[in-house]
Amino acid sequence: MTRTAAQDTGARWPAIRTVGVDGLLVSFGAELSEPANRAALAFRAALDRAAPEGVEESSTSLVSTYLRFDPLHRDHAGLRADLQRLLDSADWYAADLPAGRRAWRIPTVFGTDLAPQLDEAAAAAGLTREAAIASLSDSPVRVQTIGFAPGQPYLGQLDGAWNIPRQSGLTERVPAGALCLAIRQLVLFPVPTPTGWRHVGQTAFRPFRPEAERPFLLRPGDEVRLDPVSPERLDALRDDPEGGATSETLP
Amino acid sequence: MRRELIVHQAGPGVTVQDLGRPGYLSVGLSPGGAADRLALAEGAALLGQPDSLAALEMAGMGGAFEATDDLRIALTGAPMRAAIDGEPVAWNASHALPAGARLSIGGAQAGSYGYLHIGGGIETRAWLGSRSAHLAAGLGAPVAAGQRLPLGADAGGPVERLMPVQPRFQGGEVRVVPSLQTDFFPEDEIARFEATPFQTDTRASRRGVRLVAEGETFHSEVGLSVLSEIVVPGDIQITGDGTPFVLLHECQTTGGYPRIAAVLPSDLPKVAQAAPGTTLRFRFVTLDEAVEAERRAEAYRKGLRGSLQPLIRDPARIRNLLAYQLISGVTAGRDI
Repeated sequence: MTRTAAQDTGARWPAIRTVGVDGLLVSFGAELSEPANRAALAFRAALDRAAPEGVEESSTSLVSTYLRFDPLHRDHAGLRADLQRLLDSADWYAADLPAGRRAWRIPTVFGTDLAPQLDEAAAAAGLTREAAIASLSDSPVRVQTIGFAPGQPYLGQLDGAWNIPRQSGLTERVPAGALCLAIRQLVLFPVPTPTGWRHVGQTAFRPFRPEAERPFLLRPGDEVRLDPVSPERLDALRDDPEGGATSETLP
Repeated sequence: MRRELIVHQAGPGVTVQDLGRPGYLSVGLSPGGAADRLALAEGAALLGQPDSLAALEMAGMGGAFEATDDLRIALTGAPMRAAIDGEPVAWNASHALPAGARLSIGGAQAGSYGYLHIGGGIETRAWLGSRSAHLAAGLGAPVAAGQRLPLGADAGGPVERLMPVQPRFQGGEVRVVPSLQTDFFPEDEIARFEATPFQTDTRASRRGVRLVAEGETFHSEVGLSVLSEIVVPGDIQITGDGTPFVLLHECQTTGGYPRIAAVLPSDLPKVAQAAPGTTLRFRFVTLDEAVEAERRAEAYRKGLRGSLQPLIRDPARIRNLLAYQLISGVTAGRDI
């Protein structure tokens, strides 16, 4: 077999790799870090401004910028060269966060029947339940990317103690609004889903509202503080379209 | 009055689908759209209309339909038993569906997804530029009995045309390219992956198709702690239990399970159409070979209209033979 397309995945970052037949990925690290996340966001913005020929869509993941293009009308080598030139034009790791960021507060029930894997995750992190809740709610986390499902945020980066792997089996179904944890990150699921992440919190927040004027609420770079509330309080918030969440623009 | 298709009965997996809504990866929305893109192109060619129009996708099972007006229809994708007012009609063909006639479509005889195309297309509500139901995202819903689907204006054209189709309903070889995480797997695991005949599992949906095989499952060197990375349709992820899962157009947009390879877009219909128990094998090709294969697939799609043949029907089986115009070009003389 031939493996030419994936052979250039050296240890050197940033790295340009192929994604399927019609995608290229510019990655700024093998692991999540604040500078790599900022670099991916800034590079995508620059890519959209530069608009190289043949590019049909761009996106970011945690530490990478993705682009989809038409390989029948633009060859891989030419586009790769365009990307390399853009990469060489700036220090992307030193880039600022995107402008117009917002700070959110989202009421969250940690643990209880609503989020049954808090104790298990806390144990894996070597924390008591109380310390785990404090660790997850005392300081804000940041939206590092939106992905998996519509509007779904990846939130981080959590304290090093939370570097716990996904579970090997899938949880059959967590409900919409579930806050789940693995490898120093949280995700907040917009729709019911099976997952390998541990269900540690439950919100009434819906990050994707198809019928709303603004269907996607969160953007990469936004800050999110998870405010602990009781199950009774959360129940009262379920009719609120934003699940009791509030937001303000960051200076 | 608006032309409509009345749904008297519908299988559980009947949805409106078009080419989906590409362009929303950055907000976590995968493109969705028809599971078998080639079937959309075939239906469009049969009716002489753009392949951007929406059709009914029928997973495993069709339904019973009635037209409010004289319609042109085409049937493509997984072959299903179809009849108009009880008279069997050919698959991979276009037909007239007169107002009030009842079209019944049964279970798939091979493959997974059959398609009912209407002249003028189905014009249910579009959202973010597409009429496709995206059930994983909570957009739209399956078509249900009692619904009346609005239809677009039909520019008209011939019916009773037959299309010779690329067989893609029996599994077989699927071409793949290495992708960004292929290197997470040791060489011998990749070789074993390529040598293994896989069977499609009953756990299949518009999101993807799970594969099972005898013998050992597959394992990468990174295990369960790999950083979530971009996911695209065609990716083959190795899930936590070591089994491959081929992602289709309604997949998630990021994922943490390592991807061992990516299916060529032109071979994805073969995966989508592999009913449970079908055997699939994967063969790595180079990126250059893949681009060339996509070029040929595009040329094939563009040439579909030229491949149409007249549908030969057995006159003995045509109940209302006298209603047909058997000799064209003969007129009463007053109109020339």
